[in-house]
Amino acid sequence: MNAIECRGITKRYPDFALEQLDLTLAQGTVLGFVGPNGAGKSTTIRIIMGLVHQDSGSATVLGHAMPEQQVAAKWNIGFVSEDMRLYGHRTIGFHVDFLRSIFPSWDDNYAQSLMKRFELNPAQKVKGLSHGQRVKAALLTVFARRPQLLVLDEPTTGLDPVARKVIMEELMKVMEDDTRSVLFSSHNTLEVEQMCDHIVFINQGKVVANDDKETFLDSWRRLRMVAADDYPLPSNAQMVDCQRSGSQLVMTLSNYDAALEQQIRDSGGEIRQVERLTLEEIFVLSVESQRDGKASLSMPRGIAA
Amino acid sequence: MSTQIVLSQADSRPIYAQIMDEISHRVALGDWTPGFALPSIRELASELSVSVITVKRAYLELERAGVITTRQGKGSFVSEQSAARDAQQGELERLIAQTAALADAMNMNDEELITLLKKIRKRR
Repeated sequence: MNAIECRGITKRYPDFALEQLDLTLAQGTVLGFVGPNGAGKSTTIRIIMGLVHQDSGSATVLGHAMPEQQVAAKWNIGFVSEDMRLYGHRTIGFHVDFLRSIFPSWDDNYAQSLMKRFELNPAQKVKGLSHGQRVKAALLTVFARRPQLLVLDEPTTGLDPVARKVIMEELMKVMEDDTRSVLFSSHNTLEVEQMCDHIVFINQGKVVANDDKETFLDSWRRLRMVAADDYPLPSNAQMVDCQRSGSQLVMTLSNYDAALEQQIRDSGGEIRQVERLTLEEIFVLSVESQRDGKASLSMPRGIAA
Repeated sequence: MSTQIVLSQADSRPIYAQIMDEISHRVALGDWTPGFALPSIRELASELSVSVITVKRAYLELERAGVITTRQGKGSFVSEQSAARDAQQGELERLIAQTAALADAMNMNDEELITLLKKIRKRR
């Protein structure tokens, strides 16, 4: 069963368009949704939540078609985004009591333990909270409902490292239950690299990569080589970046595997070193190469440039 | 159960490899003896705050290396068969690979490397 299934979602605005977006979140997994500002992450999340209506394509969340069946779906979704507000003149405790009265699934012991873990004071009014406390309070109100699906739009943006760590630890505890699923968008690539099972990478309204995290990170390598100017790069190699200095060649490939490495050696390339890339490096290279129109993630490109 | 595994963000090895090495070490040193039950994949993912798929990969590769055995529905255990020896062998190969890479960078050939190895072993 998939917690979220989006097929061919298109949404056009005057200055921006989401084009034919496919996205699947398998039950029991964490999906990291990454991309630069303005890539379409929040629009996609709003469509998944039924808050924005797509022009075409289907979004199915926990088996419910969105936006039509959003009321039924939302009993089991916990959604936190930056623009979500709690009542400023009310205390955290008020929100806890209020939500407990609405959601039968509310787990009060869990809410109390989160209150301690997040170092929140139930008697404190929301308007006096810091940004970090506000985010933690919002997360507490959705976590304690124990929803089947958590949708978190940049949950850790603007938080200090200690707060981020506590939140991520609690998020991973949620995943001890293999029936639950999480979609979270983030700019913090380290976090995504650590926490996610699957990565969907979006840029300029299009999905540029969609793979399980281990496979995705594994397919990228930076090769440091010694090669002649006319060295023929195997035609199936997808090169995203290339820097040459004399006979030294540093190139980044997005479809690396042992067979390709062998091909490169066979064609006369002397590989000095093979390095993995962090998600941060992959992120920056992908966005830059797409912006410059130099190379795309899927298009093979010769070495002469 | 807590494994007390500590991961490093500054380490150039991927997280799954760090987890593999940490577990292999425990087996090689005899801290985790044959038959020892490892935490479930989701338990360890939660303890380390890393994704389930990463721990799954570490366990799969440890299984392939013969260090652990997974029984359907029962969980993963340290292997009975010469697991410690295999884990040590793996660790040795990893260190030799590092040494070889450095020797390559220094343009040192096999004979020179072996001479150096003999010299160092004599010294001990």
